[in-house]
Amino acid sequence: MRSKRRQWTAALLWTVATSGSGCAGVQSALDPAGPQAARINDLWWLMLWTCAGVFAIVISALVAALRRGRAQPAEDAETERKMTKVVAAGVAVTTVILFAFMISDFVTGRALWSLASPDAIIIKVTGHQWWWDFEYQDPIPSHRVRTANEIHIPVGRPVKLEMTSSDVIHSFWVPNLHGKTDLLTGHQTVTWLQADRPGKYRGQCAEYCGHQHAHMAFVVIAEPVGQFNAWFDNERHPAITAANAGQQRGQQIFMSRTCMMCHQIRGTDAGGRSAPELTHLASRESIAAGTLANTRDNLKGWIVDSQRFKPGNKMPSHDLGDEDLNALLDYLESLK
Amino acid sequence: MNSVRNIIGVALITLALASCERERRRFNEVPPGATANDAVRQSVLQPGAPQPNQHLKSVYEDNAWAVSEGKRLYESFNCVGCHAHGGGGIGPALMDEKWVYGDQPENVFSTIIEGRPNGMPSFRAKITNQQAWEVVAYVRSMSGQLAKDVSPSRDDDMNIKTPEQSKEKEQPVTKAAEHPK
Repeated sequence: MRSKRRQWTAALLWTVATSGSGCAGVQSALDPAGPQAARINDLWWLMLWTCAGVFAIVISALVAALRRGRAQPAEDAETERKMTKVVAAGVAVTTVILFAFMISDFVTGRALWSLASPDAIIIKVTGHQWWWDFEYQDPIPSHRVRTANEIHIPVGRPVKLEMTSSDVIHSFWVPNLHGKTDLLTGHQTVTWLQADRPGKYRGQCAEYCGHQHAHMAFVVIAEPVGQFNAWFDNERHPAITAANAGQQRGQQIFMSRTCMMCHQIRGTDAGGRSAPELTHLASRESIAAGTLANTRDNLKGWIVDSQRFKPGNKMPSHDLGDEDLNALLDYLESLK
Repeated sequence: MNSVRNIIGVALITLALASCERERRRFNEVPPGATANDAVRQSVLQPGAPQPNQHLKSVYEDNAWAVSEGKRLYESFNCVGCHAHGGGGIGPALMDEKWVYGDQPENVFSTIIEGRPNGMPSFRAKITNQQAWEVVAYVRSMSGQLAKDVSPSRDDDMNIKTPEQSKEKEQPVTKAAEHPK
C-alpha cells in the first residue's frame, strides 16, 4: 500500500517537473519575454485554471453520483424544484464563465495593439518557401539593412513588422514574444513585437507552406541598445573586400557561377533577391533557415547537395572541384 | 466483355502513370551534359545530303511542377524585364508564332545558354541545366505548346492562356530523343 502511494507521488512529481521544464525555453509561449506574450500568457493561465476547476467539479460530481448508485425515482414537486435550481445554477455559472472569457479575450486582443509608437523600428518581412527575408526600413537608403533568417532587436523598444509573402501563406510566430500573424501574398499584414529582456527567441513558420515548412525557422536576438547599435552598424555596411588570394578566388567563383543569380552580397555585383542575403553570412548562427549550425562543414555540405538536408528547397546542387569549393568557403566565411 | 475490361484497365493504368509524370518532382536532378548542341542548327543549308532535324523532347514539358518552377525562375532571373509576361517589350514576344532563333526546346535552351546578338544575355554557367530546361518548358507553355493540365493556369499578371497570334500546337515528336533523362 505504502509503496503504491510512493509510486504515485513519484509519478506526480515527475509530471510536474517535466511539464515545468516544458514551459521554459527559447520557443515557448509560457515563458514570455515581451508585453504581448505576457498578456497572452496571462489569458492562457486564466483559461487553464478556470477550465481545470470546472473539470474537477464536473468529475467529482460524476464520481459522487456513481458512488451513490441509482436512487429511487422521486416524482414529488419538492425534488423537482431542487433539480431545477441546480440546473439553473449550472447554466448561470457556465454563462458567467464564458462571458468572463469573452471579455478577457477582447481586453487582451485590444492590449496587443497598444505598442504602436512612432519610435518603433520598422522591419519588412517577406516569407519565401522556405526562408525569411528581413529588411530594416529607414528613410535614409544607406541605413536600410537586408538580412535573412535572423533579426536583432534592442530590448525595450517596439518593433513594427510589415509582412507579406512571395509565394504561399506563411505565418510569423515567435512564441516568447507574441502570437501568430499570417503572411499573405499581395497583401500587407502588420504586427508588433517588444522584448523586455535580452535573449534568443526562436521563431517558426506556423502555417503549413509545403515540403520544408518544418525547416522554416528564424531567430530573434534581443540585446541591450549598445550591442544592437554595434550589430546594426556592422550590418548596414557593405561586405568586406576579399583580403587574400583564396578569398578573391572564392569571390570570383561566387560571381561567375550560379550563386550570384539568386543571392545578394551588398557591395558586389551579386544582387539577386530570390534567395537569402549573404552580406554578413558569417556573423549568423545558422544557415538554411535555422536548419543547420553555421559551420564550415555544414556550409560545404549545403553548397554541394542542399537537397540532402532540405529536400525540395530552391538551392540547386553544385559540382565544384575541391579547390574551388574551399576557396568559395574561405570567401563566405570571411563575410563577417 | 473481357477484352473491354482489359482495355479499360490498361487505359486507367496509362492515365495513372501519365498523371505520375505530371506530378513528379525532380529536386535533385543534374541533367547530364545537356548542351543541346548536336540538335541545334542555325542554318538550314548543309554540305551533302541534308540531315533531318532531330528534335529533343524535354521531359519537363510533361511535368507541372517543373513548368511552375520555370515560371518562378523566369521572374527571378529577370527574363520578365525584357520579354514581359510573354508579350515582349525590349525583347521579342514569346507567346506568338515568330521565333528568330527557333522554337523547339533545344533552340530555346540554346538561346538561353548561348545568348543572342542585340540583347539576349548568355546564361552559361550562371544557371544550372535543370533550371534552364525548366525555363524552356515554361517559355514554350506561353505559346500553348504544352498540355493544358501542365501549363500554369493561374496568373497574377497578363493572361497568356489564349494568345491571339500563337503558334499552332505542334504534333507530338515521333522519333524523340528523350531528354533530359
